[in-house]
Amino acid sequence: MTCATKPCATAPYATGQQYLKDGVLPHMWCPGCGIGVMLRACLRSFEELGYTNQDTVVVTGIGCTGKLDDYLVTHALHTTHGRALACATGIKAAKDDLHVVVFMGDGDSVTIGGNHFVHAARRNMDLTAIVINNFNFGMTGGQFSGTTFNGAITQTSAYGNPERQLDICALAEVAGANFVARSTPWHVDDLTALIGEALSRKGFSLVEVLSPCPTHFGSNNKMKKGTEMLAWLQEKTVPVDVWRTMSPEARTGVFPIGRLVDRNEPDFNARYREVGARATGN
Amino acid sequence: MKNHGRLLQGNEAMAQGALYAGARFYAGYPITPSSEIAQECSRVMPKLGGVYMQMEDEIASMAAIIGASLTGAKTFTATSGPGFSLMQENLGLAIMGEVPCVVMNVQRSGPSTGLATKPAQADIMQIRWGRHGDQELIALSPSSVAECFSLTVEAFNLAEMLRTPVVIAADEIVAHMRENIVIPEPGEIPVIDRAKPTGDPAAYRPFAPAPHGVPPMSAYGSEYIMHVSSSMHGPDGYSNNSPDNAARQIARKNGKFEHHRADIVKTKAFDADDAEVLFVAFGAVTRAARAAAAKLRANGVKAGVLQLVTVWPFPTEAVAELGSRAKTVVVPEMNYHGQIAGEVKKVLGADADVRRVNGWNGQIITPRDILKAI
Repeated sequence: MTCATKPCATAPYATGQQYLKDGVLPHMWCPGCGIGVMLRACLRSFEELGYTNQDTVVVTGIGCTGKLDDYLVTHALHTTHGRALACATGIKAAKDDLHVVVFMGDGDSVTIGGNHFVHAARRNMDLTAIVINNFNFGMTGGQFSGTTFNGAITQTSAYGNPERQLDICALAEVAGANFVARSTPWHVDDLTALIGEALSRKGFSLVEVLSPCPTHFGSNNKMKKGTEMLAWLQEKTVPVDVWRTMSPEARTGVFPIGRLVDRNEPDFNARYREVGARATGN
Repeated sequence: MKNHGRLLQGNEAMAQGALYAGARFYAGYPITPSSEIAQECSRVMPKLGGVYMQMEDEIASMAAIIGASLTGAKTFTATSGPGFSLMQENLGLAIMGEVPCVVMNVQRSGPSTGLATKPAQADIMQIRWGRHGDQELIALSPSSVAECFSLTVEAFNLAEMLRTPVVIAADEIVAHMRENIVIPEPGEIPVIDRAKPTGDPAAYRPFAPAPHGVPPMSAYGSEYIMHVSSSMHGPDGYSNNSPDNAARQIARKNGKFEHHRADIVKTKAFDADDAEVLFVAFGAVTRAARAAAAKLRANGVKAGVLQLVTVWPFPTEAVAELGSRAKTVVVPEMNYHGQIAGEVKKVLGADADVRRVNGWNGQIITPRDILKAI
């Protein structure tokens, strides 16, 4: 029995493996995909923050990212496509002491589910949303999504995507999220730290994980290897401090990474408790 | 002090029925002619420590009541045709995940925006068949303000007993009508709560075979870990693509309604035992049918009414028994195609004298309209 499949009681650091279901590895995601790296970062943070299977609810949508609840032993809800945040909103509003962590792809979060994303952030629901953005619909074979670049080649944009991509983090910021961060699997230590920070914040926290999809997005856009996609992500990203000093022209096509928004506004449940106090005269 | 009752609107009575049943979580999106339910909940819930959530659309409303129900709460939403159409996909999630909840559909005239403030009973087939896949749910249809209250309590009881969504197929007329009703004291009407798991938490399987097809239901936060999925799942709730498992899960999820048929299917009969002319009606139109039958009785015609309190699953037995005894069966309903008349014909056969009385202009069907069929 190795550390790859069973909890390592002797590991000198948090592994998060106690949250993994027995006998489910190796996972289903393609070689080079970023979901596994993100999930490991997340489970390590669960352990460091003392989450238990009992007090944690993992909510997923549909797509490659939406498959990850099947690997976990926490409470879970695998929802319909795009509706994970709306379901999670109900869970958190009904039971405030749960840790509700929502995993979505770019389809779930801001394409089919864009309305719920905007309003979950606006309400500042105390949820942690982890979004794997791999710039296309992977599960259905690599079609363009709301985050695919203009001009990119996909299975439904053979002559280049006529649409423009949505900036997930900017959307969360203007909608009112407390905490917004972006990272990539190439920056795995930063990614782990940012996920840990997002989990420990009250209010709506978003971590966008720019992720390689060598099978579909990469293979259609001259990056067939996972390593090529990682190199591309490294090239496409700059620390947010540096990004803020860049000219608007230089920012084009470049993603700022790191902690982008850090606020401490009251979350929905806190505001609703005030409503309850006014209603009852307390 | 004696309870002399209150003058309530049907929508208010549905909200009060939900509170009586122990519901403390409402999520919805305002829509005419159901909005008074939302308004009542927004005023009452914060006082009772409950939650009123106004969601961004009806898709989200349905999603939120599913999520909240999984924490152990009794939850509900209210809407009308356009919103009910948006709820269909997540109603399917509630059916697949066996999540108790109540959806009040105050039916209005369509299609699309239609006559937005006018009544209809044209969502009957959408309620039953509006989702993809092999599935079943329960629909109850109130004909008075008192039934708006009592059937809402019943809807929550059935939702909890069977782990299923229950639709209240109301219409604009009963929803906006005001009648004096006596709200029962706590305990007067039984209130049923979902069965919770017992025994070894590690052995708990939320979708396991169970007596009468309904496994006990845990809650998020409980030591009985609950994995709920829109995807086909095994007894443990985890994805399972085996054909044998899919066949068993679908058979159990549908079969539980057969097991509980006697608890679910309710009708009321008025002068129907010797009826040669039988009106089969539901919702507000039941009142017009009763007036029409009384008129016929006064003229020496043996007429009666079978009220379908439960619309789905369809009350086949009562329709067969009373319908086959009658010479003529008349089905008045506020829709164009005769959605319930078709079901009645299915039960009584092609040779039976089943007559339709349909109205689709946003007006109630009157006793006079009904009597024209005789």
